[in-house]
Amino acid sequence: MEYEIKPKSKLTLGLNELWHYRELFYFFTWRDIKVKYKQTVLGFAWAVLQPLAMTLLLSISLGKIISNAGGITIPYPLFAMSGLIIWNIFASGLSSAGNSMVSNANIIKKIYFPRLIIPISSVLVSFFDFLMAFVVFIGMLIYYHTSILIGEFLIFLPMSVLVACIATFGLGSLLAALNIKYRDFRYIIPFLIQAMFFITPVIYPINVISNPLMRYLFAINPMYAPLELFKHPIIKNHLDMNLIMVSLFSSIVFFIFGLFYFRKTESYFADLA
Amino acid sequence: MKPILEIKNISKSFRIQHERQPYLSLRDSLTSIFKPSTSTSEEFFALNDISFDVYPGESIGIIGKNGAGKSTLLKILSKITPPSSGRIISRGRIASLLEVGTGFHPELSGRENIFLNGSILGMKRKEIQAKFDEIVDFSGVEKFLDTPLKHYSSGMQLRLAFAVAAFLEPEVLVIDEVLAVGDAEFQKKCMGKMEEVSNSGRTILFVSHNMGAVKNLCKKGILLEKGKVKSIGDSSKVLDDYMIDFNMISEHKRKSIRSTCGRVTLKLPYWIDDKGNEVNSYTFGDNYTLRFEFTFHEKMKGINPGMAIVSKDGFRVFTSHLNDDFEFKMPESLEGNVIIDTRVNLPSLAPDTYQVLFGTNDDLNHVIIDANNEMEVKLKIEESNREKEATHGILWHTGTWEIV
Repeated sequence: MEYEIKPKSKLTLGLNELWHYRELFYFFTWRDIKVKYKQTVLGFAWAVLQPLAMTLLLSISLGKIISNAGGITIPYPLFAMSGLIIWNIFASGLSSAGNSMVSNANIIKKIYFPRLIIPISSVLVSFFDFLMAFVVFIGMLIYYHTSILIGEFLIFLPMSVLVACIATFGLGSLLAALNIKYRDFRYIIPFLIQAMFFITPVIYPINVISNPLMRYLFAINPMYAPLELFKHPIIKNHLDMNLIMVSLFSSIVFFIFGLFYFRKTESYFADLA
Repeated sequence: MKPILEIKNISKSFRIQHERQPYLSLRDSLTSIFKPSTSTSEEFFALNDISFDVYPGESIGIIGKNGAGKSTLLKILSKITPPSSGRIISRGRIASLLEVGTGFHPELSGRENIFLNGSILGMKRKEIQAKFDEIVDFSGVEKFLDTPLKHYSSGMQLRLAFAVAAFLEPEVLVIDEVLAVGDAEFQKKCMGKMEEVSNSGRTILFVSHNMGAVKNLCKKGILLEKGKVKSIGDSSKVLDDYMIDFNMISEHKRKSIRSTCGRVTLKLPYWIDDKGNEVNSYTFGDNYTLRFEFTFHEKMKGINPGMAIVSKDGFRVFTSHLNDDFEFKMPESLEGNVIIDTRVNLPSLAPDTYQVLFGTNDDLNHVIIDANNEMEVKLKIEESNREKEATHGILWHTGTWEIV
């Protein structure tokens, strides 16, 4: 095995290297999951309790108003939970991926491995949280005796989760790379997540927005498609494929841009951390 | 035989920006678009055109003062940071150990940390499993394997960390001063392990301030100074180059060292003979006085200068501090220029080269001057006629013998 260490020249994805280090994905994800729930009494239950508590609060406060305005036919708690568990992939994944380079600075400065492993692992952790919450969500479906479009559900569920992960990773790796250079992003990230929560149809259906042009603006949001795809078999609404395509396109753009920006700047992370 | 590492014209430069925070804020970048930057920037070479070859099985000690570029070189070799120019051709798997316990997490148990740390260092899970018992055995923490690391003493954490690292099996091992910590017994164990590694034919690059460790472990040495290779070759020769000779000091301008608190300045101490003349050569049997010249910029209550003699192997022969001398009467306060002399028992040192350490503590016994951060000073005691036959050991001691 012969290789060269030299000033960074061409931009590659480094997939071979990622494969070589594949076990680290497992270890970083496993570490983050373990650490997240270590020394907590409730442990993994927290992954479920957070969206559940939010659902409860929303149902009590805004549930009726949103149901009426959006013409939701299923119980509102189910609607809110379905949105929140997908949204949480993005919210918690983006927050931990965006801060991952800074919070792992001590490791980055001392040892080499493909840096991409860290933000990817952050997204995997939030995927794991999703799986936990999803089990409870299935329980809720049974509890409310809600019938769903099972065929669509089986197709859209993996699609929606995959797109959510891709969007989270794209934006997350972009923010991670920016954050290590400009620490301002530490403050921007929470704000960004909160702002996006309001302009994403998480707890309300998109048809509360009546202006069609406005809907297109909403669809530029990469999280629009995952949420709509996931909810569609449950609320059985009309799915506007144009809007979905806009959003899918946007998540792919974020994914490519984030990935390349990260790869382009990663060799200097250790100097900046 | 082809070299396992070919380091060719490696340079690493940083742009130092004056009048700017070490890391940028977005506002700085945005505003600098609109107005010409007032800050001046300067190119700083942490490494400047370094070239050398490493052959399989060699163990090389890299030495140099703080800031000479040792750590930067190791970081480039470990791929943590890219060089600004030049290239390195590597023909083997490099594992680097720039810190013990990289990635250790306090909330995880000892067992979990072995796996985490091992895999961060580049071991496969199966490899770790296969060596798990040996690692635990070496670390000596088997009783606490399932206790979170945060409840470990720092010594235990260190032992565990080194144990994991000790079972790495790369072709090239890059180590940065990890031995500077831990108790004597454990250090010995580590050195033993490192010797074993180097004897097993693997290549080691080792950065340390511990002269003895470098000498024991490494046959070859590289001395870096201000980012350049100053000397390269046999490790004992390079170590000699590293230490400033007492004989040379008076030829250069004698250096002054300001204390960390800024209240005191110390000229580099020098030896004088009985008549008060500075001496530049030391022959076995001579007894000299070491002179400290202090300047107190403000009134100080007390001060505690000290010195130590360290053998070439890193063994501390003795340490002498002012407050060890109970006869000494410290004045109420010290101000201005003050000269303090100490007579140490030089004649008992066998002819050899030693390292001399200097430092000064304040009245609260905090170290305010550590001269060895700035320079290494060596003392070469020449043979006289009296002990022509070689001595064995550090101390010159002949007992009295008789037939009874």
